[in-house]
Amino acid sequence: MSAPIPAGGLPVVPKELERIPLVNNNRTPGWISDRVAGICEGKTPAWWWAAFVPSIILATILLAMLVYQISTGVGVWGNHHPTMWAWDIINFVWWIGIGHAGTLISAILFLLRQRWRTGVNRAAEAMTIFAVMCAGIFPAIHVGRVWFDWFLFPIPTANSLWPQFKSPLMWDVFAVSTYFTVSLLFWYIGLVPDLAVMRDRAKTKIRQFLYGLFSLGWTGSNRHWSNYEKAYLILAGVSTPLVLSVHSIVSLDFAVSQVPGWHTTIFPPYFVAGAIFSGFGMVLTLLIPLRRWCHLEDVITMRHIDIMCKVTLATGSIVGYAYIMELFIAWYSGSPYERFAFLNRIKGPYAWGYWTMMGCNVILPQVFWFRKIRENLWIVFVCSILVNVGMWFERFVIIVISLHRDFLPSNWAYYLPSPVDIMTYLGTFGLFFTLFLLFMRFLPMIAISEVKGVTPFADPHTVEGGAKHEERIPDDEREVIA
Amino acid sequence: MNGTSKIHGIMAEFTTPAGAMHAAEKVRDAGFRKWDVFTPFPVHGMDKAMGLKNSRVGWFSFIGGVTGYTTGMLMIWWMNAVDYTIVIGGKPMFSPFGAFPPSYELTILFSAFGAIGGMLFLNRLPRLHHPLLKNKRFALATHDRYFVVIETADPKYNEVETKKLLEAAGSKRIELVEE
Repeated sequence: MSAPIPAGGLPVVPKELERIPLVNNNRTPGWISDRVAGICEGKTPAWWWAAFVPSIILATILLAMLVYQISTGVGVWGNHHPTMWAWDIINFVWWIGIGHAGTLISAILFLLRQRWRTGVNRAAEAMTIFAVMCAGIFPAIHVGRVWFDWFLFPIPTANSLWPQFKSPLMWDVFAVSTYFTVSLLFWYIGLVPDLAVMRDRAKTKIRQFLYGLFSLGWTGSNRHWSNYEKAYLILAGVSTPLVLSVHSIVSLDFAVSQVPGWHTTIFPPYFVAGAIFSGFGMVLTLLIPLRRWCHLEDVITMRHIDIMCKVTLATGSIVGYAYIMELFIAWYSGSPYERFAFLNRIKGPYAWGYWTMMGCNVILPQVFWFRKIRENLWIVFVCSILVNVGMWFERFVIIVISLHRDFLPSNWAYYLPSPVDIMTYLGTFGLFFTLFLLFMRFLPMIAISEVKGVTPFADPHTVEGGAKHEERIPDDEREVIA
Repeated sequence: MNGTSKIHGIMAEFTTPAGAMHAAEKVRDAGFRKWDVFTPFPVHGMDKAMGLKNSRVGWFSFIGGVTGYTTGMLMIWWMNAVDYTIVIGGKPMFSPFGAFPPSYELTILFSAFGAIGGMLFLNRLPRLHHPLLKNKRFALATHDRYFVVIETADPKYNEVETKKLLEAAGSKRIELVEE
């Protein structure tokens, strides 16, 4: 017996113990289908076009920049000796970091039984996939001769050459490609029941055919749900070590080398925390306007925003701790090169970059300690953008500031990006938003079946779920009957 | 709707998960084999109400993971220490530590393939056609209704008795589904 049950009735929950509902206004499963699927049906709203047109223009600029760079060479970028890695790798790490929130929300929060994740996981997973696509462009093109990219994969060829697996760059190839594949599969498997919802509502033959094809003939059979839920649990279980390993391995690209400022053991956890921090920033940036424009305030509630602000605060503080620990170790190590690298960050020619990073990543998120600020969507929105500005500068600090003054002072130079660098980066935003807008227009951006599952209507032990007072059997007695 | 069409089964509609779950308990206790409950989301407790065993997807995933790790380690050992040896910074030709990160990623990749492939195999998906998907009313199974379907192929199936059982379970709307 878990709770005292009055004779013939449900246990009475005291007012102060009542939980804030996950879906506001006691919405029914039918309402959830109609509202979420409704975003993909009917007339395209004007704001969608207003967002889509600039996005596709930017995406076209990206394409033009890639063609120009590939046909001319990496000399069109600002990279020079000794700053041989710059915006290419900054943007790669930045985008892949953003991608981490999606898998964190879908996998780790699933294992932790954080049921609020259902309101935001689909959009966050889509964000992950598109961010990893944007990320993947940079390492592929930074090699210069992109037609040799297949050298990265262990493909048997007439050359009889194999990749060199002792290099962290090879580990990265495996980590990022596995991450993309597993994230895509996870997202798709989550979509299958919702594609069946779309199929069953489809008004035109073509929609019925396409949604029907991709929903794989899903019927909602409980025998299927049983296997499906197990597969979903396992995917969450394997995605958790995956998401932690991917940014760890990205950090090893730096940490395994001997450059002062890169060669530190704190990098893997510090990169993972930063990735989650920036990913939650991007989720907030995307969902704060979308919940309003798509009228999803009852599904993506203020509680969701509140929790995500708290995660941002927590991860931002972990990142701040890592920054301070880096400084301490640089001093404590006694290595003059380490010390110089960090003093050069703080008061070298790029000190403005270092202090932008510190301000946006460490000081700014501290405002989320206050409930009043977490409830003000304008402030949260602006902060969420600044978080990603700060995280971009973190990678700038790590890559450019560590490289631009190497061991030989005659090499020192001040790095500046070229217009091609800047336009390629802006172009990836175009690609990202184009894909995201297409996704939210054609696929359910909220996990319909999962959100239904966390309402009281889905629980056979509640009045909303159909339980009758006199029928209620305490759980331990139910075991005996079954 | 001609007389020659075969009947796939009998379909009872419920408006709440509790209704469908109690019906499932009755159908299970009556000893039916070829039957199912269709819900818009997984209803917790339904597996027990239907008498289903733990899903076997885990085995597929496990085999996938073992395959992935073994493949990674063997591949790297063979490529870097047997087929094309090259000294890198005086390191050993093969070291399990250097080979671990790619093998780890392959473990995850293959166990994900195993989980998804196993789920689709056990569910016999994808399938392009299902008798229930032709039924107009059944479209609500992905919306907000709960259906219990007993197939005619079940040895215990009897049009009158089975209908009575489902009525007694509380369904207000029962119909026959064509093949």
